[in-house]
Amino acid sequence: MKTNRTPFVIRFFAATGCKGWLAIGFFSLLTFVLVPAAHLMLPADHALHVSDYAITLIGKVMCYAIVAVAMDLIWGFAGILSLGHGLFFALGGYAFGMYLMRSIGLDGVYKSHLTDFMVFLDWKEYPWYWTGTEHFLYAVFLVLVIPASLAFVFGYFAFRSRIKGVYFAIISQALTFAFMLLFFRNATGFGGNNGFTDFKRILGYSITAPEMRVTLFALSAFMLMFTLILGRYLMQSKFGRILTAIRDAEMRVMFLGYNPLWYKLFIWTVSAMLCAIAGALYVPQVGIINPSEMSTANSIEIAIWTAVGGRGTLVGPVIGAFLVNLSKSWFTVAFPEYWLFFLGLLFVVVTLLLPQGMVGLWQKLRHRSMR
Amino acid sequence: MSDTSVNMAHGMGENLSEPIKNNSILQLSNITVSFDGFRALNDLTLTFQVNELRCIIGPNGAGKTTMMDVITGKTRADSGTVFFNQTIDLSNLSEPEIARVGIGRKFQKPTIFENHTVFENLELAMKVDKRVRHSLFAVVDDLTRDRISDTLRLIHLGEHTEQVAGRLSHGQKQWLEIGMLLMQEPQLLLLDEPVAGMTDDETERTGELFNSLKGKQSLVVVEHDMAFVEQLKSNVIVLHEGSVLCEGDLATVQANPKVIEVYLGR
Ligand SMILES: Nc1ncnc2c1ncn2[C@@H]1O[C@H](COP(=O)(O)OP(=O)(O)O)[C@@H](O)[C@H]1O
Ligand SMILES: [Mg+2]
Repeated sequence: MKTNRTPFVIRFFAATGCKGWLAIGFFSLLTFVLVPAAHLMLPADHALHVSDYAITLIGKVMCYAIVAVAMDLIWGFAGILSLGHGLFFALGGYAFGMYLMRSIGLDGVYKSHLTDFMVFLDWKEYPWYWTGTEHFLYAVFLVLVIPASLAFVFGYFAFRSRIKGVYFAIISQALTFAFMLLFFRNATGFGGNNGFTDFKRILGYSITAPEMRVTLFALSAFMLMFTLILGRYLMQSKFGRILTAIRDAEMRVMFLGYNPLWYKLFIWTVSAMLCAIAGALYVPQVGIINPSEMSTANSIEIAIWTAVGGRGTLVGPVIGAFLVNLSKSWFTVAFPEYWLFFLGLLFVVVTLLLPQGMVGLWQKLRHRSMR
Repeated sequence: MSDTSVNMAHGMGENLSEPIKNNSILQLSNITVSFDGFRALNDLTLTFQVNELRCIIGPNGAGKTTMMDVITGKTRADSGTVFFNQTIDLSNLSEPEIARVGIGRKFQKPTIFENHTVFENLELAMKVDKRVRHSLFAVVDDLTRDRISDTLRLIHLGEHTEQVAGRLSHGQKQWLEIGMLLMQEPQLLLLDEPVAGMTDDETERTGELFNSLKGKQSLVVVEHDMAFVEQLKSNVIVLHEGSVLCEGDLATVQANPKVIEVYLGR
């Protein structure tokens, strides 16, 4: 039987819907045209000039927003709380960081072809796993493959053993913690507790040039939009309906003949991959990556962004990531010692009073005003 | 990884002298299940025939639900074997694999997807490729729509297609779950107390539905409601302390002194 099926590509993009594309059009105009123009073309004293600080901050927060959406895919839709997303973010950052370190070339403190920390440790050559990292495309390949493979293997064993809920959260955190300890060691070959820093260039272009800053900013925006479009397609597909069904009644899903293992594993690996890409975009913008990115607090904070914005809503986590991180950068200047209290309070308030986060609050208010 | 390419040998009995015996859809032999030393099933042996409707009754704790758990792979038997279609050894299969070889199960407590619509509940149950790759690209086509509207008519939920399942009444949830089983097109349906919580009217209509399935699919119905069992006019098996107490038509079974003792002696 032949039916005139809509091609997949069209279905993929159509899932986002009119309102979604309107928002994406507006956001594209802002991030691809207006902000870059305001940064590059307006003089620094102009009222509409976008400063270095602002563009880097927003670029960074967009990377966080990607992570928040990735967390939502696994937590909000599949009901699996991960406290290991800081790990995939950091591994993506480290993988691309290796390329950034290599492209410093002979401009390091010790004028060596080796990285400064290797010279300092008196190493004579690159360890085997650094092989090929001077090539940009290979580094990108590592970003896409290494964290995803780790997620796949870890997820396979965890989901196969039917580890769920708080147990899964704890073992994902244990994995992250183990990696943090590993990366803290100098002998591991990733710069120990200092990590990677003092980057100079990407593909021959200076990393501090305004054009580079704008490019990384626009790439982060693009990746964020792509993540949302992908998320929208996945969640309105049959796959997404099965995922939320697993969250709500896993037993019923199994007795309908679906094996939840492969469903969880797929979304878990996609989620980890998105985190890794976000990490790779983040590192050149902030100029540093070190093992503290794998700290427990970081992974918890990711969950907070998602919860604050609204689980299971896709846009919610983006709002959450912006809200929490922009207040963080204001707080840490104005009242640095109170930030953690505020964050804790926010989390408690959201968990107790706003289970659907900001998006849920907005829907409730709109619903009320319509009656 | 998932497909059990087991030969579903229908009509194996043709060459044998006892065709009835070899026409079983499900054969439980000497099943024992213990929970901390307590035997929920005790050397249970039972055979269900193809396209037959069978009722199982028995006091609470008799092991009826546990029997279904063993058949569907939720609980593994300590000893004994379960064969489906004579050749498929269910003890080697996972729950989803058992579902895919053709066994559908309704739980004692209605288990549906409360946040999905009635339509989506049925869509997810439909017999199609259940692998991730298929689900990623699947579209709701006319065939699916037709199958779903047929089922909706059978379960009297045509008016509620787009309603969120969590908002249905208890009886309607029971029906929706039965509808999901029908969408699976299983050869064998296991129904654990399907009319619990239904009104008399709903119960009677459920009975009509089951009677209409007789001869097309094999059904095993666990039920307490004697009026309902009577309506089904089937052979009845009485389970007690994990094994079969007696077997026969409802009137015979109800007159059996052992059965009376078991039911009254509690
Ligand atoms: N997971 C379990 N752990 C311990 N005991 C159980 C478990 N499942 C069932 N039982 C016990 O097994 C017996 C049979 O239970 P069940 O099969 O649910 O009975 P029925 O469905 O006939 O009412 C009961 O005494 C019950 O308490
Ligand atoms: Mg029971």
